[in-house]
Amino acid sequence: MSFFADVYSVFWADLRLLKRNVARIIASSLIYPLLYLLVFGYGLGRSIVIEGQNYLDFVVPGIIALTSMMDSYNGASTKLHIDRLYYKCFDELLIAPISRSAIIVGKASSGVVRGLMSSLTMTVAGLLLSTKFRTNLQPPLHALLFLLSLLISCLVFAFFGVFVALTVKSHEDLHTFNIFVMAPMSFLSGTFFPPESISEPIRTILYLSPLTHVSQNLRSIVLGQPLPWSSQVALLGFGILFFMLCAWRLKNLGA
Amino acid sequence: MLNEAIATEDLCKKYGSITAVKNLNLKVYAGDLFGFLGPNGAGKTTTIRILTTLAKPTSGRAWVMGFDVVEEPAEVRKTIGVVQQHLSLDRSLTVKENMELRARLHKLPLVERKKRISELLEYTGLSEHANRLVDELSGGLQKRAAIACALIHEPRVLFLDEPTAGLDAHARRRMWDLIRQLNADGVTIFLTTHYIEEAEALCHRVGIINGGSLIALGNPMELRSKVGLCTVVTMANNGKVSYHYFPSREEATKYIQGLPNNLKAIVVRESNLEDVFIELTGRRIGEE
Repeated sequence: MSFFADVYSVFWADLRLLKRNVARIIASSLIYPLLYLLVFGYGLGRSIVIEGQNYLDFVVPGIIALTSMMDSYNGASTKLHIDRLYYKCFDELLIAPISRSAIIVGKASSGVVRGLMSSLTMTVAGLLLSTKFRTNLQPPLHALLFLLSLLISCLVFAFFGVFVALTVKSHEDLHTFNIFVMAPMSFLSGTFFPPESISEPIRTILYLSPLTHVSQNLRSIVLGQPLPWSSQVALLGFGILFFMLCAWRLKNLGA
Repeated sequence: MLNEAIATEDLCKKYGSITAVKNLNLKVYAGDLFGFLGPNGAGKTTTIRILTTLAKPTSGRAWVMGFDVVEEPAEVRKTIGVVQQHLSLDRSLTVKENMELRARLHKLPLVERKKRISELLEYTGLSEHANRLVDELSGGLQKRAAIACALIHEPRVLFLDEPTAGLDAHARRRMWDLIRQLNADGVTIFLTTHYIEEAEALCHRVGIINGGSLIALGNPMELRSKVGLCTVVTMANNGKVSYHYFPSREEATKYIQGLPNNLKAIVVRESNLEDVFIELTGRRIGEE
């Protein structure tokens, strides 16, 4: 119990800020997904059919996956790297009598909550816009699997955000990382097109991105296809890997 | 026998090829108000970072309240409060929220949390600023808020890294009063400073550090008497300044009488800790 109390203590400060700015946070996090929906779903995608599916039905799960990634990653990394490098108030967590794991999970919680807030809002948009979405999420088990997949996605990317925030040496580093890693990952991970349409060896590289697995999970549920359990396992693996990397970074911060 | 609140044994810290702290052997006793004096970059903050478990020593050992900083960091963290040189509060939260955060991190139960926050706001004179964002406060108030946060769990040892750096004269005096009060209330204080007058005005014992090495340790009077309680500063016509130290004013006066009369200036004054530093290093604190 003490572990969860410590996690909540770490999360508490971020939660205060989240409550204070909830409307602005949700609004700003939805701008890009809504633009993607408008451009790819209704603009370019109107006449496209992929794997026998209407492109809107195909792309909405990808946009939800992308939203979960961006908001959980940014939610965990942005404030943390500023607190660590510029305001130095992250040091206060390091000298508090709490475990390093509680710090990692507490800081990731902020990303998870933000990722869930915006991706669930996009899910509501999906339910309003896509008949397939409404039909296939109706069975409670499907809805539960969809929510579980979203939660796992947010956790994976929140841990990744914490790791990146603990690793970068400046704001410019974070910006460069976002441009060279996060931006390509956003577009090339099965969000807007199926990875199967790409030839080898690039296809294999796309499967090294956790977002590819999130897109595949969500899409399979929405399109009523069998759930790719290998993607769920891969995501759990990514989650454990990113958590371990966070622990390793924290251990070496003062060395 | 005096209880040791802080002890180090051949403590070293290297960053690559740079040695920030060299073979530091130090004892600070419970109830002490100890000052670590030295120029910027001397190794003061690195020492505090090791003692507060934020950095690991390259070699040597250190203990706070008997707990090894490397082997028992969790125990050390329970007994210490830390006010960093830079403001380490969450600027987007209010003073009270910052205090509540620290209280939660130190697992204070709800009733005790509220009581302690209220007491400390009063103690540090911050009651009327409790609900203001930290970012909106003046430098002096921010430092006091940082102290209030550091005291939330009633630490036995308080580390203050340059507590008055950047404060105006009035805020500095108020901070000194608060530090004296804390020490009188039983908190062992380890402060770093590069202000001579601060070390002299506040500290029972002072360690002088330069280039990572401890070069003097004792109470300010002891250290001054080692170089001589009276200082004669002379300035030659070419602008060269020389310092001469004497055990008494009488001896200093005798020395002046023998000086040539073509000097630009002669000043006789009581020695201070900067004279100790000059005598030991050949340069003033702050001179590169």
